[in-house]
Amino acid sequence: MIQLRLTDKTPLSPRITRFRFQHPDGAPLPVFSGGAHVMVEMQDGDILRRNAYSLISDPQDGSGYEIAVQREDQGRGGSRFMHEQAQPGMLMRLGQPVNLFGLNLTARKHLLIAGGVGITPFLGQIPELDRLGADYELRYCVRSRDEVAVDLPGAQLHVSDEGSRMDLDGVLGAQPIGTHLYVCGSARMIAAVLDRATALGWPPDALHSEEFLAPAPGEPFDVHCARSHKTLTVGAHQSMLEALEAAGIDAPWLCRGGACGQCETDVLACDGQIDHRDHWLHDDERNRKIMPCVSRFRGQLLTIDR
Amino acid sequence: MTSAHSIASSPRYAPLEPRACSAALMIADDAGMAAIDALIGQNPELGRKATILRIGATAPPDTLPAALDGALSQARMGLQVWLAGSQGLIARAQALLLAAGLPKGAIQSEHRGTAARRMQCVHCKTLAEGVTTDPYTCPGCGRALFVRDHFSARLGAFQGVCIDAETPGDIPEPQELRL
Ligand code: FES
Repeated sequence: MIQLRLTDKTPLSPRITRFRFQHPDGAPLPVFSGGAHVMVEMQDGDILRRNAYSLISDPQDGSGYEIAVQREDQGRGGSRFMHEQAQPGMLMRLGQPVNLFGLNLTARKHLLIAGGVGITPFLGQIPELDRLGADYELRYCVRSRDEVAVDLPGAQLHVSDEGSRMDLDGVLGAQPIGTHLYVCGSARMIAAVLDRATALGWPPDALHSEEFLAPAPGEPFDVHCARSHKTLTVGAHQSMLEALEAAGIDAPWLCRGGACGQCETDVLACDGQIDHRDHWLHDDERNRKIMPCVSRFRGQLLTIDR
Repeated sequence: MTSAHSIASSPRYAPLEPRACSAALMIADDAGMAAIDALIGQNPELGRKATILRIGATAPPDTLPAALDGALSQARMGLQVWLAGSQGLIARAQALLLAAGLPKGAIQSEHRGTAARRMQCVHCKTLAEGVTTDPYTCPGCGRALFVRDHFSARLGAFQGVCIDAETPGDIPEPQELRL
């Protein structure tokens, strides 16, 4: 984690705001690769939140890191904290950039499909693609025009309430051999795009996706940590990982979004139903493992190996 | 002398399976046609939309690159490819398809017929088609070469390594390669 100063806060659309972070001494920050995200730490009352946001600034520009945050009023509070409480001048802690959504540089062409705020990882990739002189096609899909956060001359904008929805089959069917597809947006949109691509014969090694999952809230539940001999209550607006951290129990993590596998934890006993929300575990592992960064539990008691 | 038929880089050829696709390309030699027929038997619709390139059974003919160029010229993502026949045919077709940019995941292959392999001598780099014995004699440098299971997808060939480097002249009796 590095401590950076929030130096700028600029609204991009009614719900999306851009935040710029710089080193307090003006020192250069490590460069990254397009598609990378950073973890932003927020001290929200007595809850310590860490939310992942894609870096939207030029990966080669070490003068600062920029992210764009969409306000989620139904969310757990991280985006509300950023919109309401984070103010220029504040010092905040950020993790090192991590990339789980990098470009495949062997691709002949890159087809980028963004839904709403899912445009953010592509904003870091576009300068990289431009520098490489790579062939790419960017489809930016929004429900209404006021959702548009950035004006991208190279993108094809699809606004569904204006009737310019993307013809998905047409787009998927027109790509030359060697095209890789990248999709980022809501879970529903990602599933729809990947399902259609698969049905049309795209192989899995040409498909890449990143879902913006902040851990969703849910009912509070209890978890027993066998190794630490502690029983914790995970609050409605807390993730199990955050509850472990608040109790001083060491648990590994990287993406905090159910995608990287770092936080995988063995389930020792389960009297109830695990609500798996990750993209990591295979079906046959779901009865004995859990990803505490996003998944929850309903029932009497869950015992995990932490 | 034991040959290492279990080295992990050796390509594995599972039975061909139908898969959803927008266009289908099937490439087979005479022995491989049985696998293509079985595939189409499972899914006649696939057979109706497939382009089938049938290549002569013996030494992979030089018609393959041109035939593939033709088949790929209008191709779009959504193309799935099925290969069946000798290792040499599969390896050459796969190398050409990958070079054209097709992702590996869009290619399936099933080994049928001869156990002959396409080999490259690691010493003089000469490619030998249709090698059926282990060791074999390199047509380029004349060395006796041990047929390794190490496979280069880019070249579409297995590696042949000098068998008597340590004790020159100590060459085991050649054995027929088996599937
Ligand atoms: S931290 Fe990445 S899956 Fe949980």
